[in-house]
Amino acid sequence: MSVSNKIFDTNVQLVKYKVLKEVIKHAFAGDLASSQISIAKQIAAGNKESMHCCIYKERAISEERVFMAMGGDRSNPNPIAVIDIACDECPIDGMLVTSACRGCLMHACKDVCPRDAISIVDKHAVIDKSKCIECGKCSQVCPYEAIITRHRPCIKSCKVKAISMDEDRKAMIDYGKCIACGACVYRCPFGAITDKSFVTDIIDMLKQSEEGRKYRVYAVIAPAIVSQFHFGRVSQVVTAIKKIGFHQVVEAALGADITLYHEVNEWKEKRMLTTSCCPSFVAFIEKNFPELVQYVSSSVSPMVEAARLIKHSDPTAKVVFIGPCSSKKMEFRLPKTGGAIDSVLSFEELQAFFDALDIDTTSLEDSSLDNASFYGRIFAKSGGVARGVADVAASYGVEGVEPVVMSGIDECRVNLMKLKLGKATANFFEGMACDGGCINGALCLTHSSKNVADVEGYGNEAKEKTIENSVKLYKLTLPLKSGARNQE
Amino acid sequence: MILKVCVGSSCHLKGSYDVIEAMKEVIKKCDVEDLVELRASFCLGCCAQGVTVKAEGLSNAAVEHLENGDVLLHNVNSQNVEDIFLNQIYPYIKK
Repeated sequence: MSVSNKIFDTNVQLVKYKVLKEVIKHAFAGDLASSQISIAKQIAAGNKESMHCCIYKERAISEERVFMAMGGDRSNPNPIAVIDIACDECPIDGMLVTSACRGCLMHACKDVCPRDAISIVDKHAVIDKSKCIECGKCSQVCPYEAIITRHRPCIKSCKVKAISMDEDRKAMIDYGKCIACGACVYRCPFGAITDKSFVTDIIDMLKQSEEGRKYRVYAVIAPAIVSQFHFGRVSQVVTAIKKIGFHQVVEAALGADITLYHEVNEWKEKRMLTTSCCPSFVAFIEKNFPELVQYVSSSVSPMVEAARLIKHSDPTAKVVFIGPCSSKKMEFRLPKTGGAIDSVLSFEELQAFFDALDIDTTSLEDSSLDNASFYGRIFAKSGGVARGVADVAASYGVEGVEPVVMSGIDECRVNLMKLKLGKATANFFEGMACDGGCINGALCLTHSSKNVADVEGYGNEAKEKTIENSVKLYKLTLPLKSGARNQE
Repeated sequence: MILKVCVGSSCHLKGSYDVIEAMKEVIKKCDVEDLVELRASFCLGCCAQGVTVKAEGLSNAAVEHLENGDVLLHNVNSQNVEDIFLNQIYPYIKK
């Protein structure tokens, strides 16, 4: 199938995808080790550079991309990394006086500056960078709109202020602050910050399963998938995933139903709770509001819950999560998940898998995908968890849940601050690091406002309208009682 | 012995949960709750013949055996559960 750029929002995604596709092809063929240089040459094709100083630098960057597609630096458990030679060292730093400056008599900029950083030199405002704190007040008061604020896209995208410039002006991530949300990955115009890929691990896992004879490999897919892969139906995408070599596709939303059940029960006891399904949100609390960690729900994320269900029913199973999320690439290796998930694949990487294996989704038969309830499926959008908890609590006769929906880290910060200071009126805090929820996850193919409607529609298509049957299933797959044959 | 009811998407849509409920009833009725472990399983690979139930650890069986002696029962629904259990499972439960 031909792939146009329309599958992705940006050309940066397209280049990452091209690298992944080649890495996947060669990994399946078993000659990846000897093909790395040729893949890099193929990506940075021709003899003429297109954006950097020379073709050799572009090839070197491509080699780095191949390295990232093969897992990158595995000694760092954070899945986000800077490709330093790809960083353009953007010469952008804060306030800039443009040629529109008239050097006027009023010089409101000079007067408003709280740090006395502005002087008028040769009829032109000049900012002393050593004093400027980039508060932006000069920009607001200038009657000619002559002063503009510019920040590096990576620094602007990072809501936890984990990105700074090193002495060579290269982007640098402070991993003590980074919550692996992936916002910078999507925003860097040079693709210099990227997520490490585990596609080669997954291919090894599939190969060694000997087509399910040794063990079965399951795919757990995030409900946000419904807003992606628009060229085929979700039911065809499910068939396509099986064609890659997965035994069965299970909805993460099934795990979400069980997470809801746990959260309602936990809220009943604690009367104050935050969600725990977004690993970036949980990391944000741990790193910025350690005193609030006590309120974070102890329930595991839907991804982990779904994987546990699978492994209870099939103890030798391996489980790969497929989603829009870079922080799931961090979460699955955390000790608290107990190895429930064996690896994580992004939607971008899934697309690369389809095309590397020449799987034409549109020509495939449909496979049903229906295990979860309406509520589990709408977890993917901001407000979905809160709505689920409120409704499920009501159905269990639990009263008094006052949810607040926090979409994006900025909203999370404000509301958590209220909670910390005892000023919160809400008692259930739904937090998602990405604006709008998982449907806008950093590793989505496309980020569109239409995605919300897609998820709502998908929720309505669920056979189960309540979480009741999912909870039954959960209880049914719990470890064995005595009296029966013990197979585990 | 273990009874695994398929809850893969295809079987789920055909009523896995009704089968599970009905199976619980009949197991209780026959007074073999301590001998039969009822569990769920994701996709037993017979999507066209759902709901599928896999019986593991029977002494013998009237229907086709799998390689390891387990038995697959197809097209189970809440109406025929009792019949299938009484004829194809109950007589072969090991004490």
